Amino acid sequence: MITRRAEELPIAESLDIVRVRQAVRACMIDDGFSLVDQTKLVTAASELARNTLDFGGGGVVLIEQLLDGPRAGVRLTFTDHGPGIADLELALTDGYTSGHGLGLGLSGSRRLVNEFAIESSPGEGTVVTVARWR
Amino acid sequence: MESIPILKMGDCLLVSIQVDMHDRLAMRLQDDLTAQVVKHHARGVMIDISALDMVDSFIGRMLGTIAAMTRVLGAETVVVGMQPAVAMTLVELGMSLDTLRTALTVETGMELLDALASTSAEGDPGDHPEG
Repeated sequence: MITRRAEELPIAESLDIVRVRQAVRACMIDDGFSLVDQTKLVTAASELARNTLDFGGGGVVLIEQLLDGPRAGVRLTFTDHGPGIADLELALTDGYTSGHGLGLGLSGSRRLVNEFAIESSPGEGTVVTVARWR
Repeated sequence: MESIPILKMGDCLLVSIQVDMHDRLAMRLQDDLTAQVVKHHARGVMIDISALDMVDSFIGRMLGTIAAMTRVLGAETVVVGMQPAVAMTLVELGMSLDTLRTALTVETGMELLDALASTSAEGDPGDHPEG
């Protein structure tokens, strides 16, 4: 697998969520993804960036344009050093919410991507990786 | 401070969201719209989202909240112009938005608002235009 391009963006305020959406959109267009594919990954990016900001206390996202043989893909890795998630299975349940919101952030994003991975340890932070392939 | 313009048309308010909304701007729209509904005694609110290329759970929730708040204040809200890719993504995300009234275009949205206003204004018993 080849990384064609990689870019790291900060997630420190609500405007950064908009910047992440725009950067992901630009990568998807560059890789020739369909409008529906673009919309799905951009929406997932928005949900995950908001999680990073609201629950992780801010962090970064690494946006990578990949080539796996003939297939182009975009991979997003959200990293924060917040409180972490004690019960991952519970956090991935539809409708589970830690307070405000609808509880669709993690479970909903998972349905919008081809690959989804999450690692978290209480007190150390959370890393969420998602990818969408053409 | 940045805000989304709200236009008055008859007894309706019209909002066209033309920018990629950040969260604070979305919250501000919620506050502004409810204030304007009260100020102008509006009977209907139309929100055009045809320029939005993405609606996430935050924006979806905001639209639902606006509809609920304006309804309490006596005005129905109709969301018009949602792009097909946005609708597909919203449903897959898990947002049903079933409390939200939607229409494909501004014209059908206006017709819906007119119909809603005339049924809620219907006071005479025995007079039901829909049959």
